[in-house]
Amino acid sequence: MRATWWLRNPRYFLFMVREFSSVFVAAFLVLFLLQIRGLRAGAEVYQEYLERLHEPGWIAFHAVAFLFAMYHSLTWFDLTSKIQVVRLGRTVVNRRIVAGLNILAWLVVSGGIFLYWTRG
Amino acid sequence: MKASTSRSTIKLEVTRYRPSVDSEPHDQSYEIPCTDDMVVLDALNYIKDRVDGTLSFRWSCHMGVCGSCGVMVNGQPKLSCAIFLRDYKREPIHIEPLTNFPIIRDLVTDITDFMTKLKAVKPWIIRKKEKPLSEGEYRQSAEELERYHQFSGCINCMLCYSACPVYGLHPGFLGPAAAALAYRYNLDSRDQGNDERQPAIASQEGIWECTFVGECTVVCPKDVDPAAALQRSKVATAQSLLGSFILPRASGKSATEGSS
Amino acid sequence: MDQIQHDIILVGGGAAGLRAAIAALEETPRLSVALVSKVYPMRSHTVSAEGGSAAVVRDYDSLELHARDTVKGSDFLADQDAVEAFVAEAPGEIVQIEHWGCPWSRDPDGRVSVRAFGGMSVKRTVYASDKTGFHMLHALFQTSLKYDQLTRDDEFFVTSLLGEDGACRGVVAWDIRGGRFICLVARTVILCTGGAGRIFPFTTNGAIKTGDGMALAYRAGVPLKDMEFVQYHPTGLPGTGILITEASRGEGGYLLNAKGDRFMSEYAPNKKELAARDVISRAIVDEMQAGRTFDGPYGNYVHLDLRHLGEAAINKKLPFVRELTRNYVGLDPVVDPIPVRPVVHYMMGGVHTDMSGSTPLSGLYAAGEVACVTINGANRLGSNSLTECLVFGARAGAAAARYAAEASQPRTESLLQLAAQEERRVREKFLERKGGKERIVDLREEMHRVMESGAGIYRNETDLKETCRVLRDLREKFDHLASIDKEQVFNTELTAVLELDFMIDVAETVAQSALRRHESRGSHARTDYKERDDSRHPNHFLVTHTPEGPRFDDLPVCITRFQPEKRSY
Repeated sequence: MRATWWLRNPRYFLFMVREFSSVFVAAFLVLFLLQIRGLRAGAEVYQEYLERLHEPGWIAFHAVAFLFAMYHSLTWFDLTSKIQVVRLGRTVVNRRIVAGLNILAWLVVSGGIFLYWTRG
Repeated sequence: MKASTSRSTIKLEVTRYRPSVDSEPHDQSYEIPCTDDMVVLDALNYIKDRVDGTLSFRWSCHMGVCGSCGVMVNGQPKLSCAIFLRDYKREPIHIEPLTNFPIIRDLVTDITDFMTKLKAVKPWIIRKKEKPLSEGEYRQSAEELERYHQFSGCINCMLCYSACPVYGLHPGFLGPAAAALAYRYNLDSRDQGNDERQPAIASQEGIWECTFVGECTVVCPKDVDPAAALQRSKVATAQSLLGSFILPRASGKSATEGSS
Repeated sequence: MDQIQHDIILVGGGAAGLRAAIAALEETPRLSVALVSKVYPMRSHTVSAEGGSAAVVRDYDSLELHARDTVKGSDFLADQDAVEAFVAEAPGEIVQIEHWGCPWSRDPDGRVSVRAFGGMSVKRTVYASDKTGFHMLHALFQTSLKYDQLTRDDEFFVTSLLGEDGACRGVVAWDIRGGRFICLVARTVILCTGGAGRIFPFTTNGAIKTGDGMALAYRAGVPLKDMEFVQYHPTGLPGTGILITEASRGEGGYLLNAKGDRFMSEYAPNKKELAARDVISRAIVDEMQAGRTFDGPYGNYVHLDLRHLGEAAINKKLPFVRELTRNYVGLDPVVDPIPVRPVVHYMMGGVHTDMSGSTPLSGLYAAGEVACVTINGANRLGSNSLTECLVFGARAGAAAARYAAEASQPRTESLLQLAAQEERRVREKFLERKGGKERIVDLREEMHRVMESGAGIYRNETDLKETCRVLRDLREKFDHLASIDKEQVFNTELTAVLELDFMIDVAETVAQSALRRHESRGSHARTDYKERDDSRHPNHFLVTHTPEGPRFDDLPVCITRFQPEKRSY
């Protein structure tokens, strides 16, 4: 197979995008860990770190990482609904409903955390 | 039912490879008369009967169930008897042998590898103790049947192997159809062969090779959904592995469908 | 040439062949069995059977009733001892294949379900949705994989049987992939190559059903039996001939003519759409001749109406019918009636065997559609054939295993010489010939044309004589075939020629037998002999190949309990 096999078919391409999205999710997590380390190093270091995050490059990185994380999460819910069979009595629940409910729950939890964060 | 024609001829580019004359596969163009109700296989047969008798391809049932006639049509794996010329607006239509398989000749590929893998997963009912025939059939509820029925629909047409980039990159991979059939027997209430199949399923080149591209399910002409079978096998295998740590000796049918 | 030796060689890997292979190995596990087929076993035409497999599995039913229905369906030409053995062993075979994993549809109590079928007086057809043949074939094939003593020669085309001292001792096969001849020697050979629907233009049969086994046996001097009886299935899709299962009517579908009438109530007031297939196919042709059918690009047709069954029932019990109709004629049976017309489906006739599958040639067995035991007589009942593959496949396999245990070692040296002769014949006659001008497709279409015009649903002396004449001409034209592909590897033009060669032989036995049967019985309807003639019949015709042409012999039908009576549905 050629190295460009994933350009042959749009679904292969989306699969590769999903795989690639992990890089950004991982990079964000590494930064997050660095942030925690900065916190331990004292208020000043942490403040410096926070300020650096306001630079356009970092904002751009986070915007891209956020999009990839969203894509990864949404496809994750979609894929798990293909794997997980949910039965109600004798009937199998349509997987789109399962995926939809999962996404809804995810949004509710995210919203809750966001509210807690901004108000608390 | 209409035999009316929106176009009267059609151009095809067909892969030719005759081992005694050709060093490698190449395309050959044909232009043949066509009608709206012709499937790709009809076009191939027209060529074979009236244009070029040396063109070789497999086919038999012409109704999408024998699984012989898979080819790549414009880069997509298809059953040539179940796909209409009228659905391809752009000419020429490219017809190639299924990818990811060695080519024997023209559109004929070598599927020996699949036959070996199929046998490796022991796709038959395994019982610890056979029930004598005199005691009649195994009872099976509609729900028990429904659990595995979808996965028993595989016609071994090889489209999924052709669609699977993992198989293309690592030909050792067990592959979608064999994994789906293994899973089909694991889910069957009459079967007790889960443990015997596990070495082939959960090996290095078994289900864990699958990265869930999902294209096998997209191309499957019989809605077997091998991608689901593979992922659910992973869940079941992981569960039974976990189970064997927590509750040694506990295993059974209940775990195999994924935690439902 | 390589020579390989086995105890048993099976030619053909459909339901009968696989069942025979397993039966032989269960009978004598140490045997070496080879399954030789021109296609991978799971491609065999059993795969296209849809509706179900008949057996007595309910308390309301009885073996006698199944036998009576079968004999009546056969228009009293079935051998009743064979029918009685068949119905008695059928239920056990259904249980056996259930134990092997066949996904039978189930009743709420977990037992295998049964549905109504044509000519069966009660519901006795067990089924796996409407893909029964597919599921049975794959269950058998996958089960066969567990027998290590079973070797498979996939994509080997058998060109002739090998014999010595009046016994069959193997086959000569063309290895399609390898592009070479192989001499396969055995103590015994079982033919399970299926029927010959492809001698007709319009058939439900797959491309592979070219009567190979019938022609192989015929050329080896084994008589064929009942060859004039060709079953038309009433409901095929016009154009493609794709089978729309009888289960559609078993589940309650109607046949409607162009006026919207359920015309079968005229022809079969009691059973209507569930009369025997020959009755319904003739009724449709009668409706065509009366001008009460629809006109289409592929000839006249009637409607099969499933709309009143509802979407849920169609999806559950007839999903394949819906899939096929949507794909191939662009109609949805939930909202549209399906256009259908009679289409060649099954050969009642075949290689003459006894109840153990044994043919008059010592060491040669046959089972399935290629064989004629006969439980089918002049018309087979729908859903008896899958069961026949199981029952007589198992019988032939076991009998051949017992024969192999007794038989002497084949003399390999002389058989290899015979095989070398056969190789020379095929190479000189086909592969290496310098061209005549006849094209394969033209000869095949000529055969198709005269088989339909002369040996179709209605037959008469004039047309049959013409068919026989044209077939003789075809034999001559066949010797002037244009040169073919010389490539050794996967030469499908060579296999097409070999198949056509076989088909012309089989077509001739059909037409010649039909010409000689001066009565109308079951699927054989003569417009010049409209009635069944019980004064001279019932007897079978055995047709044997001789250098002077086919020779015919009478064989009386075995009657045990069911005396011939008027047949109506």
